[in-house]
Amino acid sequence: MDAKELRKLKKFSAQLRIDQLEMFKQRGMGHIGGCLSVTELISVLYGKQMKVDPKNPNWEGRDYLVMSKGHAAPAVEAALAELGFFDKKLLLTMDDIGTRVPSHVDRLLTPGIDVTCGSLGQGASVAAGIAYGLKHAGITDQYVYVCIGDGELNEGQNWEAFQFMAHNKLNNCIVFIDNNKRQHDGYCDEVLKPFSYEEKMKAFGFWCKTVDGASEEAIDDGINEAKAVKDQAVCIVLDTIKGQGVKYYEEMPDNHAPKVFEEGRAVIDAAILELRKITEEE
Amino acid sequence: MLKENRTLGGELRNQLVATVTEMLEKDDRIMVLDADLGGASFFLRFKKSHPDRFVDCGICEANMVGVAAGLSLRGYIPVVHTMSAFVARRALDQLYISCAYQNNTINVFGSDPGICSGFDGGTHTCFEDLAIMRTIPHAIVCDPCDQVQLDWMVRECLSRNDGAIHYIRAYRKNVTEVYEPGTKFELGKGKVLIPGDEVLLVGSGYLMGDALTAAEELRAQGISVEVVDPVTIKPFDEELILNEAKGKKLVVTYENHGTVNGIGSAVADVLAKNGVGVPLLKLGATEIFGQVGMVDLLKEAYKLTAKDAVAEILKAWHKVN
Repeated sequence: MDAKELRKLKKFSAQLRIDQLEMFKQRGMGHIGGCLSVTELISVLYGKQMKVDPKNPNWEGRDYLVMSKGHAAPAVEAALAELGFFDKKLLLTMDDIGTRVPSHVDRLLTPGIDVTCGSLGQGASVAAGIAYGLKHAGITDQYVYVCIGDGELNEGQNWEAFQFMAHNKLNNCIVFIDNNKRQHDGYCDEVLKPFSYEEKMKAFGFWCKTVDGASEEAIDDGINEAKAVKDQAVCIVLDTIKGQGVKYYEEMPDNHAPKVFEEGRAVIDAAILELRKITEEE
Repeated sequence: MLKENRTLGGELRNQLVATVTEMLEKDDRIMVLDADLGGASFFLRFKKSHPDRFVDCGICEANMVGVAAGLSLRGYIPVVHTMSAFVARRALDQLYISCAYQNNTINVFGSDPGICSGFDGGTHTCFEDLAIMRTIPHAIVCDPCDQVQLDWMVRECLSRNDGAIHYIRAYRKNVTEVYEPGTKFELGKGKVLIPGDEVLLVGSGYLMGDALTAAEELRAQGISVEVVDPVTIKPFDEELILNEAKGKKLVVTYENHGTVNGIGSAVADVLAKNGVGVPLLKLGATEIFGQVGMVDLLKEAYKLTAKDAVAEILKAWHKVN
């Protein structure tokens, strides 16, 4: 990636973080930790890799994103709003009754969301079905991206889906594991020790690589490498931090879905000021 | 409409495969999925006849339902099979969230419901699939009674790409023929099979032949029994049930299913909602799990034979007279 493109993506990541923080502040809460940890991924996908059309969200020729960890909706919704899928003002209606912008991705409510997720562990199967359908139709220039949380991998259905992807060599379906090391009740190692994702995925028959999930360049390189893999399912483990990019949330002991009170609002305001320095850089 | 002489028909799975084959040869969007039970449903035949239209998902029911949802998102029309217990119970949240909640069409064939699980025993017995599926918004729920009705239901479901769950439950093997070939059906439109004045007997599915036998026996004993087939469990023909229940002394439901939230409860709702004060006798499995055995013997064990139905109906009849 050239420097100009990288700078563009870094600005996009900063903007996505600003949007999300504003949503959390407005709502007074949110799945802050797990949204921030996928921000760079979303930035690379919607800022560079994905083929989508904001004017035609259901365009048959598009790439698909299945945000299986559905509670990372704000990160995706922010990207869709920035791309012009819908009016950005709607972001601040998150979780209002009747909103188009719920805090779990919903394909019937939000233009640009491809699959509704929230009941954890189901996205990989749906992604596999889309990818199978694309292959079946002989389509080779469309990709399905599926993002799964590390905690979410507790769910057994993921491993059913991985077997299906590997068996059917669905290399058009790129699996991301958001390895932010933490889940609802604490550190993954303490709740249900995951051991090595990379070894597990390889044992399941995948091509698998771990990349720095806070680096747009590393994520982009990883995707390009995955796209070059023939006849094998592919997975990228993103080494991330829950709460990534906002020190206060990175260090918060329970950062899964914190409330945003006075202190949080001040933190968010200060973080947004810092992030604006990136977005407004000449 | 009704067969003159009720005899054992062919295997329903042969009918299923024949109808699906005809449909998928006409419609490129149809894809057949199984969860390593293609040998039981005969869906495995598609592996040879239409290899590009058959996906064996392995023993992964939850994943199969999710894959079907993904295929639906790409415009395919998925038809999935596993045993009723392994889809209605095991993959419920996938049916609910990956399919119904986000408008992804899925056609589900749940085989061997209720006592039809036979030698597979209690672990494979599902007395609650109708109860479960009925609660899913916009679902179509079918309990076909013979080959003719199954053929129609499969055609009807596979031609509706409406974003809903279409659930068909049936025994895989031979069932008593009830309808003449060519009988016309409609979703949500029940049929009066035998008219009568005193008792309304609502039969369904695997036990429909027995319902007709029981009604004939009771008529021979001087009780005028009417037999109704709701045809579809959801949508449910409330109007027909209401009209036919009015003026009767007893309403009876007779199903290869639990008595909680199945056809008996659908009928109870209609009666209660409309203030029809006719006593209701629900024949089915009550507060009991499945068990192993020959299907015919299970029918006896669960008191679901035509003879049992006659005895139970007579008991209830004497109470209301």
